[in-house]
Amino acid sequence: MINNNKNWFLKGLRDGIPISLGYLAVSFTLGIAAKNAGFTPFQAMLTSLTNNASAGQFAGFTLVAAGAGYLELAVMELVANARYLLMSCAMSQKLSSDTSLLHRLLISFDVTDEIFGVSMSVPGKLNPFYTYGLIAIAAPGWASGTYLGVLMGNLLPVNVVRALSVGLYGMFLAVIIPPARKSKVLAGVILVSMAASFAFTKLPWIAELSTGTRTILLTILLAGGAAVLFPVKEEEGA
Amino acid sequence: MTHNIYLYILVMAAVTYTIRMLPLVLIRREITNRFIRSFLYYVPYVTLAVMTFPAILSETGSVWSAWAALLTGIGLAWKGKSLLQVSVCACLVVFVLELFLV
Repeated sequence: MINNNKNWFLKGLRDGIPISLGYLAVSFTLGIAAKNAGFTPFQAMLTSLTNNASAGQFAGFTLVAAGAGYLELAVMELVANARYLLMSCAMSQKLSSDTSLLHRLLISFDVTDEIFGVSMSVPGKLNPFYTYGLIAIAAPGWASGTYLGVLMGNLLPVNVVRALSVGLYGMFLAVIIPPARKSKVLAGVILVSMAASFAFTKLPWIAELSTGTRTILLTILLAGGAAVLFPVKEEEGA
Repeated sequence: MTHNIYLYILVMAAVTYTIRMLPLVLIRREITNRFIRSFLYYVPYVTLAVMTFPAILSETGSVWSAWAALLTGIGLAWKGKSLLQVSVCACLVVFVLELFLV
């Protein structure tokens, strides 16, 4: 069992490399936003270490820069990060039901889009040590990128930042495409999701909503629709 | 009223952590309701697809390099390449193409 945990942790470290590199690029620009809000490199790094949320932190820095109140900030974080509620619900089913409270509390610390996506992609139940491996390499990337962003502003060549920024999307594709190859329903759900997401950026009124809110709306509508039309057979539902 | 930056950070962290922690701690058992099980099964695919497209198109200096990265990523993922391979190749495609495009 110990050996098994160690292997999962090492696999997590390896699969976390692209997450970490992508985070480094994204959080670099986050650091620039933090700097504009008056954060020191240390304070910005502390925010990244304790929050691990791109949109939530961006929104937070913007409010802090505007001198918002604590309650206002709390409500903003609630809205910007609400999609993690759905992800954690899905993840609760990926854990074996005898997973201890401590493991649950630790995993909760870093349920990001990327760590969630990659954790959900392992076959069968999730061993928490796999997620710890991902976090162990990804979280330092996120924090140090933020630190460097405040410190160095726009020093990194812009073409390098742009190239690195598609890395996270590459990872999302590596998570969702392989199962779609085996299931026409999944392939269809993914195609419809992308098309609807594109439409949502164009539709009047809906396009005005924040990216986070659109993501939640689309997830509830489309995952709900797919669940009604194509309920999952027992053995697939893991 | 002056605000303390560390209190700001604490508020952000506490709210964000609570959102993530509640479902993982409260939903201890396997859900048996077929609709909810199916819904949660589809959640990652829908969320990740929605977040990838069309957002990827505005990440780079040119929509063409972004399209190339998207198609490269889909192609390599289809062939079952690893996370690292798919991710690095998508970055390389953008970097190389933008030497000519931008």
